[in-house]
Amino acid sequence: MSKIDFMPSELDLSQQAAIATPSAPRGAPPRYRRKALTWLQSGGLSRLAFLIPLIAIFGAFSWYPIVKLVITSLQQTNFALPAKWVGLHNFSLVIHDPLFPIAVRNTAEFAGLALLFGYPIPLVVALLVSELRRRRGLYAALVYLPVVIPPVVAVLLWYTFYNAGPTGVFNTILHWLGIGPQPWIQSQSQAMPSLVLESTWANAGGTVIIYLAALTGVNTELYEAASVDGAGIWKKIWHVTLPQMRTVLLVTMILQIIGTAQVFLEPYLFTQGGPNNATITVLLLIYNYAFGNSLGPQYGEAAALSVMLVAFLALFSLIYLRATRSWSSE
Amino acid sequence: MQFNIKARGSMRMALAAAAVSAVAVAGAASTAQASTPVVKISVASLLPGSTKAATAAFNAQIKLFEKQNPGIQVTASTYQWLPATFAAKLAAGTLPTMFTVPFTDGRALGDANELYNLTSLAQSLPYFNKFNPAVIAEGTDAKGQVVAIPEASYAQALSYNRQLFTEAGLNPNDPPTTWAQLEADAKQISEKTGMAGYTQMGASDNTAGWILTTVTDALGGRMESGIGAKAKATFDNPQAVQALNILNTMRWTDDSMGSNMGLSWGTSNQAFAAGQVGMFISGSDVYTSMVQTDNINPAIYGLAPIPLAKNKNAGVLGGGTLTAVSAKATPAQAAAAVKWIDFYYLQKYVNRKDAIAWAKTEVASKQPVGTPEVPIFNAKQEALYNSWIKPYINVPLKQMAPFTKAIFNEQIIPEPEAATQAIYGDLDSVVQSVLTSQGSNPSALLAAANPTGQASIKSGT
Repeated sequence: MSKIDFMPSELDLSQQAAIATPSAPRGAPPRYRRKALTWLQSGGLSRLAFLIPLIAIFGAFSWYPIVKLVITSLQQTNFALPAKWVGLHNFSLVIHDPLFPIAVRNTAEFAGLALLFGYPIPLVVALLVSELRRRRGLYAALVYLPVVIPPVVAVLLWYTFYNAGPTGVFNTILHWLGIGPQPWIQSQSQAMPSLVLESTWANAGGTVIIYLAALTGVNTELYEAASVDGAGIWKKIWHVTLPQMRTVLLVTMILQIIGTAQVFLEPYLFTQGGPNNATITVLLLIYNYAFGNSLGPQYGEAAALSVMLVAFLALFSLIYLRATRSWSSE
Repeated sequence: MQFNIKARGSMRMALAAAAVSAVAVAGAASTAQASTPVVKISVASLLPGSTKAATAAFNAQIKLFEKQNPGIQVTASTYQWLPATFAAKLAAGTLPTMFTVPFTDGRALGDANELYNLTSLAQSLPYFNKFNPAVIAEGTDAKGQVVAIPEASYAQALSYNRQLFTEAGLNPNDPPTTWAQLEADAKQISEKTGMAGYTQMGASDNTAGWILTTVTDALGGRMESGIGAKAKATFDNPQAVQALNILNTMRWTDDSMGSNMGLSWGTSNQAFAAGQVGMFISGSDVYTSMVQTDNINPAIYGLAPIPLAKNKNAGVLGGGTLTAVSAKATPAQAAAAVKWIDFYYLQKYVNRKDAIAWAKTEVASKQPVGTPEVPIFNAKQEALYNSWIKPYINVPLKQMAPFTKAIFNEQIIPEPEAATQAIYGDLDSVVQSVLTSQGSNPSALLAAANPTGQASIKSGT
């Protein structure tokens, strides 16, 4: 239906509403009655009908669990016996848990290392792929391939790469280079960087595709103008490409920080938080509270730490968006 | 418009399908009402990933049971007790009607009202009085209710690879009897064969702490003293320090432990069955699982007692498995589940005919019969059982003789009473520190972990 077709019917509706007013229930103020009728006659009911399934699904699977999470964080429960209200006791237990600062530090280390290495790598790869003149699609597909591999399979694959014996894949490569075997995930100092390395490999493909799409949006005339001004490749990237991509770059950065703050899969599957808690992260600690002990599931503490993480990430995102608003809207 | 026609058509089909299924359901209901009511139960079966032969043997047992009990329908559910999945399944209500838990958890789960009260059902078993009292106590809660029935008991033992012993120039009939000898043998195996001479579990799933506790007990120390909330964590005892020092030497000086320091219960079995490990400590009944899940070559297997220090406190850590019924089961389901427990786990120990029938089924499916156990019944009953199954024993009992000859003269130490699994979990990181960090200080590590252990005891988990 075109816009021109639609306009007269809108007028018709308002006329009908005006005519229908006398039959509206008595007592209601005429303005509201008219509004309600207008809403009804302009398809409000069908809009609501379309909205209800969405509200029901979001309500049942998103909002209700969030409310339930907050309630659970104030309770002591094992879901078998009646729950007991304990106020902020769970929060206090979490803060005084000696593993809490270790988990926060480890998560920050993972996020920091991922930002240092995992963030620029997809950008560099995207720039390189976009510079290719032939088979760009093939290379983009190859870069994206690790994302297609199921995460658990990828971790099992890397588990064999990280075999600490001299016959392990990485240790064999190091041997060719004249370097002795490394313990990888079995070392307290090497475990976390090893997890970041795998995670970068596994997740970079998705970001590369986003960057490649963003690069197509950069106005080519700007490059030509830069060339006329005598700019080389680096100056073009620095003065044209990056500023033109800044909105996408800022979004991927916040998404990466939120994602890495919730890292679970790698430490859970590779090291279960070991060795000696070197890779225990906030999410793994939440998991351990809830499921780590067969006798005393501490669901209250798990919920409390979850609420703390959500609050922190929400606050962080807010500050980040405020701080970068001027850059992205320039 | 085409959309509308299609929609109407599919609506008609849906109505027709609904009508057909309603008739079918009604028919099924009337059939069920006509015959005797069927009690449906699901039971824990084998470990996930068990061989086809093992699964076939289990299914044959179910068929036999259903034939003997026409009113009961049994569904097998693969099952492995793991701290993480158990808690989750318990909370979600997805455990089978009948499942197993280790000795460490029976009492506490019962105290938390998370298991069905089996007292009257258990006591009506004709052989209830023949249970070893110490073993039945593991499944009795604080109120004296029987909440779990024991089905197997084991003592920790040293599994060793006879083939690697021979290749390393050691006598496979002469496993180590002292820790110094064990260290030397591990070094020799590692040097001569390139395989790990000795491995010790080091994963973050309570297994690392479990084995450290085993070695500490064998040297005469204890990780805990007292019982209940009054128990005290005693991690920093001299024998625990000695146990970690032995580990430290084998890991960093002798380099006789191979390259995988993160082994768990299952991966230890895999590595051993694959011929990559000279010696490791686990339960005396671990051979059964290595046959069912890891295709071990029986010829390589040897079982020896854990070397004990020469002091009166030195002993072998024991443990076992309890069968339990979900607290959510109906009385009819609980009665059916106890019938299954009686049939599958216990009849073979108390009834000659059943013992022989069980052994025959297992042997026909090439499953192990005769793996060394610690008796769950009194000595007289145990001797009878052993005489019944003797002709069917197919495990290499001769290769397990070093263990079976010694174990009945050794002191069996029960697991730490308070917060057992949590205590093991607290010790995991101590073991990992020694295994992954050269030059670590065992005394300091144990002293640092002790308050965490005490906190675990205090919280009861």
